[in-house]
Amino acid sequence: MPAAAPVTETDEPPVRKLYRSADGRWLGGVARGLAGHLGLPVVWVRALFVALLLADGLGALLYAVFWIVVPLGVGGRAAPRPVFETTPDGRRRLRKPDRGQIFALIALALGAAVFVGNIDFGNHADRYVWPTLLIGVGVVLVWRQADNARRASWTEPGRHRRTLQLVRGFAGVALVGMGLTVFMVVRGSAAQLGTALTAAIAVLTGIALLAGPWLVRMSQDLSEERTMRIRAQERAEVAAHVHDSVLHTLTLIQRNADEPGEVRRLARAQERELRNWLYRPEGTGKDEGEEPDSLAEAVKRSAAEVEDKHGVPLEVVVVGDCPLDEKLAAQMQAAREAMVNAAKYGGEGGAVQVYAEVEGRTVFVSVRDRGPGFDLDSVPDDRMGVRESIIGRMQRNGGSARLRSVPGGGTEVELEMERADG
Amino acid sequence: MSDETGTGSTAAQTTERRVRVVLVDDHRMFRTGVQAEIGRTDVTGVEVVGEAADVDQAVTVITATRPEVVLLDVHLPGGGGVEVLRRCANLMAAAEDPVRFLALSVSDAAEDVIGVIRGGARGYVTKTITGTDLVDSIFRVQEGDAVFSPRLAGFVLDAFASTDAPPVDEDLDRLTQREREVLRLIARGYAYKEIAKQLYISVKTVESHVSAVLRKLQLSNRHELTRWATARRLV
Repeated sequence: MPAAAPVTETDEPPVRKLYRSADGRWLGGVARGLAGHLGLPVVWVRALFVALLLADGLGALLYAVFWIVVPLGVGGRAAPRPVFETTPDGRRRLRKPDRGQIFALIALALGAAVFVGNIDFGNHADRYVWPTLLIGVGVVLVWRQADNARRASWTEPGRHRRTLQLVRGFAGVALVGMGLTVFMVVRGSAAQLGTALTAAIAVLTGIALLAGPWLVRMSQDLSEERTMRIRAQERAEVAAHVHDSVLHTLTLIQRNADEPGEVRRLARAQERELRNWLYRPEGTGKDEGEEPDSLAEAVKRSAAEVEDKHGVPLEVVVVGDCPLDEKLAAQMQAAREAMVNAAKYGGEGGAVQVYAEVEGRTVFVSVRDRGPGFDLDSVPDDRMGVRESIIGRMQRNGGSARLRSVPGGGTEVELEMERADG
Repeated sequence: MSDETGTGSTAAQTTERRVRVVLVDDHRMFRTGVQAEIGRTDVTGVEVVGEAADVDQAVTVITATRPEVVLLDVHLPGGGGVEVLRRCANLMAAAEDPVRFLALSVSDAAEDVIGVIRGGARGYVTKTITGTDLVDSIFRVQEGDAVFSPRLAGFVLDAFASTDAPPVDEDLDRLTQREREVLRLIARGYAYKEIAKQLYISVKTVESHVSAVLRKLQLSNRHELTRWATARRLV
């Protein structure tokens, strides 16, 4: 049964996975997620991003990449607040995180302004900057919106939050549209040649920017959904099996309730089948078409078949195992014959005990019933079952068979055979 | 098992033995069934003084009632029979009236069997056992003897066979020839009395051999046995 296995956790190197934080974030929750993951104060991470922003916008690029790739998660609040408050920025801000936020926003704006001021594309390039910024802000808004939609599937947001989200989404789209339009207008007047091309690129970029996060999220959601579906399929398979065999058998048992022998036979057969199915080794099908190739398997198989056919329980104990060879196959046939005999004539005394043991090169099988027993010498000569099928067969193949029977005390057949190869 | 039927009922009737039993199983139907089967105190001498459906309950009930024998299911909510055994270890070790455990399980998977025996249960029988055999087993456990089902004997043989070439200092844990023989006969479905007859020894000797096996099983190399049991996740 594929039960939940916590053991596999050690197999995967990243025990702590990086998530973007949905709690207490400003933009995408990247900084807070990273801070929680690395165990650093959020402010440091944010400062680092701002600092990197000054390095030709690397910060923004990194942030965007993180935003797209890292899935949104819960938590990330791990960064303790005291640390946040005792940053070298000053101690006055104890207990007043709001002012910290304002300060950070101002810092951000300053950084952006410095960034924009630093950019020097050339003569006419100034006019590209503002449309680009406009587009950037719009895209950020829309991407956050995507996160919120995702988050809404976990927690039910309040009504005013929902309208806020709508407003945000619209604002984002509007900003991007505006930015692109300005871009077009400015550009259009500048040059005639590449206008059409630029327009196409601009529109495509716009769409990609707007749809990007959704596509990424969608693929993430899809893979999640796939694992869920696999799990559901497995469950369905279990249900189907239980339905086919177990419920079916239970119905049969109800119908045959007044025939204890039949009920017992059905129940035993079902129990065995269910066990086989539950504990079958990984990767093996549940069909039992192929021939057994090991001794233990063969003994169990024969016992199961005899049990099904004659309705007498057989208790099988196997110690050790070895591959089947020709001589052992003969021994198995003899053992099977002994089981059939035991089930037929000794079954009333209770379960038939089958014991097989591989010890070194010797394979020993004993079949024992607690039936009435019989006297071998008094069996008529024309009854060949025991003499030929069991004793004769063993001797022909170089083994030996002993038969012990006490009238009233059951019968035991012992079969011993040497394996062909050590 | 006509032979054992005789032993069980006559023993209970002639010697007027009494035993107090607690039933631990998470299936109410099963507890009811066992109650009906063996709990007729005037006939069998078994008095069911308590029942429990999970580990916590079991520990509480066992501590409160101090039965002589606990019939313990292997699969229980809250940690399984092994957990009950672990938490009742002091009761098992008590010098006066120790509580003895007989595992009674539908599972005859090797790891379950070896697990509870290593936990200190004095015997292991499967739920296919007949009522009279169960009563017999309860009395035997009460007296401090061990009860093995054939299947368990097979597992033990197998376990010790696979650790057959141990370093010298583990000699203590290995089964003697005689113990091996006794186990083999149990695995072949012989009753203790029949084994005694077959080997020309007394029933008491058979029982002491089985107890020795139990003791060795608890002592023997934990790693080897656990690894063996989990490596073959077969029934």
